[in-house]
Amino acid sequence: MSAGPLAASPEALRHSWAQLGISILAGMREIWSHKFRSLLTMLGIILGVSSLVAMSALVAGMEKGAKEALVAIGGLEKVSITPQGLPVEQRHLSDQAVGITINDVEALRQSAPLVTLFSPEMRMPATLSAKGKTFRPWNCMGVWPAALEMNEHVVEYGRMFNELDDEIARNVCVIGTATRDELWGAPEKVGQEINPVGETIFINGVPFTIIGMFKHYESEEERKERLLAQSKAAQPQAGGVVRNQGWGGSKRRSNFVFYLKNATVYLPLNTVWMKFRAGASQFSISSGGGGSRTISGTTGDPRLSGLSVKIATVDKLSESLQQIHNVLMHTHKGIEDFSFFTQEDWADQINTFIHNARLSGSLIAGISLLVGGIGIMNIMLASISERVREIGIRKSVGAATSDIFTQILVESVVIAILGGLTGLATSFALVNLISSFSPTDNAPIIKITALAIAFAFSVLVGVVAGIFPAIKAARLNPIQALRYE
Amino acid sequence: MPLVELRNVSKIYRLGEEEIRALDDISLDIGEGEFISIIGPSGSGKSTLMHILGCLDSPSKGTIRLDGVMIEKASARQLATIRNRKIGFVFQFFNLLPKLNVVQNVELPMIYSGVSGKERRQRALAALDAVDLANRAKHRPSQLSGGQQQRVAIARALVNSPRIVFADEPTGNLDSHTGDAILSLFRKLSQEGRTIVLVTHDPEIAAVTPRRIEIRDGKIATKIDLTLAGMDRRSGSGEAAVVAQP
Repeated sequence: MSAGPLAASPEALRHSWAQLGISILAGMREIWSHKFRSLLTMLGIILGVSSLVAMSALVAGMEKGAKEALVAIGGLEKVSITPQGLPVEQRHLSDQAVGITINDVEALRQSAPLVTLFSPEMRMPATLSAKGKTFRPWNCMGVWPAALEMNEHVVEYGRMFNELDDEIARNVCVIGTATRDELWGAPEKVGQEINPVGETIFINGVPFTIIGMFKHYESEEERKERLLAQSKAAQPQAGGVVRNQGWGGSKRRSNFVFYLKNATVYLPLNTVWMKFRAGASQFSISSGGGGSRTISGTTGDPRLSGLSVKIATVDKLSESLQQIHNVLMHTHKGIEDFSFFTQEDWADQINTFIHNARLSGSLIAGISLLVGGIGIMNIMLASISERVREIGIRKSVGAATSDIFTQILVESVVIAILGGLTGLATSFALVNLISSFSPTDNAPIIKITALAIAFAFSVLVGVVAGIFPAIKAARLNPIQALRYE
Repeated sequence: MPLVELRNVSKIYRLGEEEIRALDDISLDIGEGEFISIIGPSGSGKSTLMHILGCLDSPSKGTIRLDGVMIEKASARQLATIRNRKIGFVFQFFNLLPKLNVVQNVELPMIYSGVSGKERRQRALAALDAVDLANRAKHRPSQLSGGQQQRVAIARALVNSPRIVFADEPTGNLDSHTGDAILSLFRKLSQEGRTIVLVTHDPEIAAVTPRRIEIRDGKIATKIDLTLAGMDRRSGSGEAAVVAQP
């Protein structure tokens, strides 16, 4: 009579897999036999998972909205060089300050290789009129054709003016949709898209021909809403007097960045200079009325209200700024009458905001997952004290400590997984709910990674919550467990 | 070599200062195919003896050899495996799992020995057939009578073909008629060559076994062995002869 091997290892392995499948089934059965109790237990996990997903969807939506706006104003590569009052130690040189001129563009083009695109801008206050209506656009300026690329504009109707138009200073302009909407009527109002190309518009009383119109800029969200409204409102307008509801009264709720971009009018730079003498005198922006008003006649070149440049890569932003600074210090005779504006600060702010939103959201979701985990642990402890006898029976027929441990742990994980899956399903509903009264224009975006992370957390919670009850159950003494009533 | 070999086994519990000897220096052999009963009033230590024999508990002193394996040196996992492969239990309160149906209850030991699903079902049904309950396979234990539940428990105890079966007051919760039926089932199993240990407080029940051991205060008080007296245990009846007294 020989002693058989107590545990052969490949057999033990197969055993443990078979055991796992059976444990999962047993766990399901256990959950099914206490449906209401299990549902309540899962509720914690469901809330935790769905709030985690919803939070990340909200933040992702905001992030996307902010990025869209950032791209709309020219992206991170855009650097604006604007005139600035002189630093205190150079105040006495203010009458010699040359300001930003076309010379700077040439100098930078030759000496600053990190700069790839130049767009000099000459801004002028303008009143547009046509068909008896007037409109003051936010931004009317003389530019080179390069401004199109610089500011991410797209011409939808007609064309952008070209170098020739600029060279001979033709009276042509390219307008944004806001101007069209104000002077000719918005598509929503008049029921059709008006193409103003070829029309004559008076800019400060001077007749100009519209040769192009930009496309209508809007956020994703606005675009969707507009399309929806379009498909809905095909019915004719009610008769009667159409009232003007005031400035922007009938305007769709609009993201400010996109509205400003639509309210743009571009003229050739030379036209602005020659027809309006816009650059002839220039107020220094930050020193207010107190001083540096120079007639360009004394220093020569027309002054630009600003110079936008695009740098090669954002990674070399500080090097590029240094390069530009060096060149400009040279052309400006060492007088620092300019400053740089980059989108970096804004991007930083966006990132900080998103980071904070993500952190606080994760905290809330984490707490609800923790509470869910405590709920699972609680119910597993209650469950094993109800099942002491069962555990004793299982041990008496040969269940090892590890078998009981696995069984309880698997039950806990099964509850967590079911809760997690339900939570994922619920999160879609929750996201819809939130976006219906969301303060932002940005539709929440549910990401696969967020779903995966939330689900992984729910499983983790199930494991952690199950370990202690499982150890407690596995350590039960079979004799006492069998006697337990 | 006997199937079970107990040598100088003691089990000592401590309650504060007091030392309770549940088992006191017991030596015992059980041979292959024997039908033996352990008798004793409650508190005599017979249950402790059964737990030690059944690898549910380990002795404080002494050695046990079961089927050639030294039990007192085995780890918890090894003990579980031994219980699973070599030992079957039948309890007074049947101890079936109420949430599982009859055939699932019988399958339980095979789950822990890693038998595949199909074979498990076949063997469970065969074991149920052996106790005439194959037609109740899909019932819940609560839908069966006490005697039927005990037969399910016996089927579960036998399904892994153990070397030895322990029955702890198997008729204690049954009326005398059903109890007799269960006892004759045990006798039948014994005649088929199973090793069966019957633990009871009732000398009448113990009378079905040819060999009886009486435990009192943790010690073996009386040994009766009809087989040594030349009586065929298969006869299952006859006068008890006192063979040895310590």
